[in-house]
Amino acid sequence: MERDLVIIGGGPAGLAAAIEAKKNGIDDILILERDKRLGGILQQCIHNGFGLHVFKEQLTGPEYAQRFIDEVEALGIDYKLETMVLHLSKDKRITALNPKDGLIEIKAKAIILAMGCRERTRGALNIPGSRPAGIFTAGSAQRFVNMEGYMVGKKVVILGSGDIGLIMARRMTLEGAEVKMVVEIMPYSTGLKRNIVQCLEDFDIPLLFNHTVTKIHGKHRVEGVTIARVNENKRPIEGTEKFVECDTLLLSVGLIPENELSREADIDINPITNGAYVSELMETSVEGIFACGNVVHVHDLVDYVTMESYLAGYGAAKYIKGERIKWEKIFKTIAMKGIRYVVPNFICPQNIREEVNFYMRVNDVYKNVYLVVRDKKGVIYKIKKNHVSPGEMERIKLSKEILQRVDEELVFELKEVEE
Amino acid sequence: MFDVIIVGAGIVGVSIARELSRYDLKCLVIEKSSDIANGSTKANSGILHAGYDAKEGTLKAKFNVLGSQMYEEICKELDVPYKRNGSLVLAFDDEDTKQIETLYERGLKNGVKELSIIDKNTLLSLEPNLQENVVGALYAKTAAIVSPFELAIALAENANENGVEFMLNTKVDKIYKEKDHFVIETNKGAFKSNYIVNAAGLFSDEINDMLGGEKFRIIPRRGEYCLFDKSSGNLVTRTIFQPPSKKGKGILVAPTVHGNLFVGPNAREIDIRDDVSTSREGIEEIIRGANRSVKNLNLRDIITSFAGVRATPSTGDFVINIPTKNAVNAAGIESPGLTAAPAIAPYVVSLLENQGLKLYKKANFINKRKNTKLFINMTEDEKRNALSVNSLYGRIICRCEHITEGDIVNAIKRPLGARTVDGVKKRVRAGMGRCQGGFCMPRVVEILSRELNVPMTEILKSEEGSYILTGRTK
Ligand SMILES: Cc1cc2nc3c(=O)[nH]c(=O)nc-3n(C[C@H](O)[C@H](O)[C@H](O)COP(=O)(O)OP(=O)(O)OC[C@H]3O[C@@H](n4cnc5c(N)ncnc54)[C@H](O)[C@@H]3O)c2cc1C
Repeated sequence: MERDLVIIGGGPAGLAAAIEAKKNGIDDILILERDKRLGGILQQCIHNGFGLHVFKEQLTGPEYAQRFIDEVEALGIDYKLETMVLHLSKDKRITALNPKDGLIEIKAKAIILAMGCRERTRGALNIPGSRPAGIFTAGSAQRFVNMEGYMVGKKVVILGSGDIGLIMARRMTLEGAEVKMVVEIMPYSTGLKRNIVQCLEDFDIPLLFNHTVTKIHGKHRVEGVTIARVNENKRPIEGTEKFVECDTLLLSVGLIPENELSREADIDINPITNGAYVSELMETSVEGIFACGNVVHVHDLVDYVTMESYLAGYGAAKYIKGERIKWEKIFKTIAMKGIRYVVPNFICPQNIREEVNFYMRVNDVYKNVYLVVRDKKGVIYKIKKNHVSPGEMERIKLSKEILQRVDEELVFELKEVEE
Repeated sequence: MFDVIIVGAGIVGVSIARELSRYDLKCLVIEKSSDIANGSTKANSGILHAGYDAKEGTLKAKFNVLGSQMYEEICKELDVPYKRNGSLVLAFDDEDTKQIETLYERGLKNGVKELSIIDKNTLLSLEPNLQENVVGALYAKTAAIVSPFELAIALAENANENGVEFMLNTKVDKIYKEKDHFVIETNKGAFKSNYIVNAAGLFSDEINDMLGGEKFRIIPRRGEYCLFDKSSGNLVTRTIFQPPSKKGKGILVAPTVHGNLFVGPNAREIDIRDDVSTSREGIEEIIRGANRSVKNLNLRDIITSFAGVRATPSTGDFVINIPTKNAVNAAGIESPGLTAAPAIAPYVVSLLENQGLKLYKKANFINKRKNTKLFINMTEDEKRNALSVNSLYGRIICRCEHITEGDIVNAIKRPLGARTVDGVKKRVRAGMGRCQGGFCMPRVVEILSRELNVPMTEILKSEEGSYILTGRTK
């Protein structure tokens, strides 16, 4: 089969990319989604808080997704469900599998990667102890509770204060479980402030910073965990261990972009984000393969995913129509002091639509700093921030006009405010 | 009344079961755990040792060398992965060089073939990721790797296809003689048999006591491991040993048959025999050890850690003897027990025969298992065929290992099929990959519930008590 544009992943990123590509004149689009329905991870996020930026209203995950699904349907964009992409090659060949068509081979003119991410598991953390039932990633617990209608435990400890963990703390409490505590190894939360308030504080669930789970107990089912305070190097401090009785441990310890296919296609991956390096139009290092959403870097707000994905859809459309300018004069973005990473990573000014949104995360909590953007010649942009945290993504919008004048490189960094 | 009852469904018990299934006999395997291969056989290094380790003249040496020669054929018959990847014992100084020379001599005496000592340059050209301070190695080309639990399950399935019965979740509590047969009391009632085989691994001393055999003790020694993602899988191609020292055998760095990499095990005596928990110190110890052998070990690629327990016998050698009339011990089978098992099996059967068990070969013995190929391992044509008869092959359940719903349903429906989430994982690898079941576990629970026709809340991870769900939501 030959297709103009194939989008891998039918979550918010893939849907928005498809819509925008269609609106920019591409008709032959196919979305491949491995789940039974479109919408991705949003389908299991039945709480509020989506869409504030894009729709200026508070929607649940499924509601937010539905708006895009409806639009995809209205535009007549083709999709295949329960379809898992098994292989992806550099020359844009895809092998996929589903129960209806069996094995599918597709050659695409352009591809958009929108596979999202997966949760880090116990193994990746290497938590010592026994290996009983009752250890869940927050996402799989969420799936059981919200989509299947089953409870996963009665006395719960949550490791990691990521958003899914926080939301599950509230959900499990409302379902009658006792959530004993949330344990966070960092001195700050990686979740959104509003989730800490609405999901923990409102239910009197303690949040312990600088603590981690050092051991799991229980032969067949979890019977408890040992928690301990950690030092600056994140190592448990001897003598601070405490046993907490529980039957369930939920892990909300971060997400990893799902880039096995990208690696197979030889796409360059940024070791910091674990996602592809991308251009101003969200194009990866392999020409004609674009990427957007959590597969590029983990977002905390779906609204930003949507905006980024519109851009990828627009970029892919340009590429297919032969209007995407070959990268000649390009410059790189560089994350320096206090900034962990910036997306996008390289910019070809001629291709910029109107502006570029730069998304970044800081590497620690800082108070009273300037977020500074500069090139070889000097400061281009500067904004004062009272409080920045790795848990909240920062965004800076720069216009095409400014970016056309950038000399060689664009550096992002934090500067202390002098009093 | 059974002709033979085997206690224990580890690699030793199921190898004996399959051997007995060649004959016209009524046999039963009694296993206290919820599945085949949940003891030492589940968590070990999966290495088919060449046979230079054990002292000449010991049972370990004899059965190791024999067993290692038998496996290629057995794995072919049962359609389980087997890879002759070879092993290297590294030397870092003169002391070590003497050590590997001793091993070389011993290997020759034990009858190990294709054994050689290689110099630094040859070594580094074979394995470029070794540390630069190696000076040479003992190279054993006949060493191989297998997936121990897949192998044991295959042996059990095949024994079952040939008529051997299995009782799982059944613990032997007491054995006594009634007239000329044994009565074996369990939590699931009493069973009678004319002959009995003790293959109870970590608990084989207890069974020996029940049989009134000459006393020995099992000293449980735990070994911890870290398993790495497939992206680290080709750090080494051979199994890398360190030279044995007073402190033990050293830490291994080795590929698995499925393309992962593991490091471990250490060795610690423990109090509780089946305590397979891991410890921070243990994991740090094995990583430190592994770094002595290889450079570029990427700790970010660790996908899980686990531990296994060795059933070390107080006698120092495998305990294969006759504890009482009409019984045979195959006890204290520590390393290289996996390797030795196929050779131990016919020997145990001969000990039964010596005591009067009549062996008549079955005309219709089936030596091959059917319907075992995973979708991912099929050729393009096989895939299309499989899909045309069963659309469940079109639905991927385990994203990491590309395991389909068809594979999982097979694992449940096969003889002695999976009944638990871990049972599915052991048979078809769903949940073995980099996300460790994070994604597929809820779906595997659903499939088990549907295929076994039991409520989701009754699906277990592994043993009784390992429930996953606690009830419905409000
Ligand atoms: C860390 C480690 C690494 C190893 N590495 C290797 C290696 O690389 N190569 C190699 O060749 N060997 C290796 N071995 C050794 C190998 O794993 C063992 O020799 C082998 O698995 C022993 O098999 P088994 O059947 O005797 O014991 P097990 O697998 O323990 O089986 C015994 C079974 O008996 C059951 N049982 C016990 N008591 C009762 C009862 N009362 N009633 C009913 N059932 C009962 C148990 O539940 C268990 O399933 C290693 C071992 C360990 C622990």
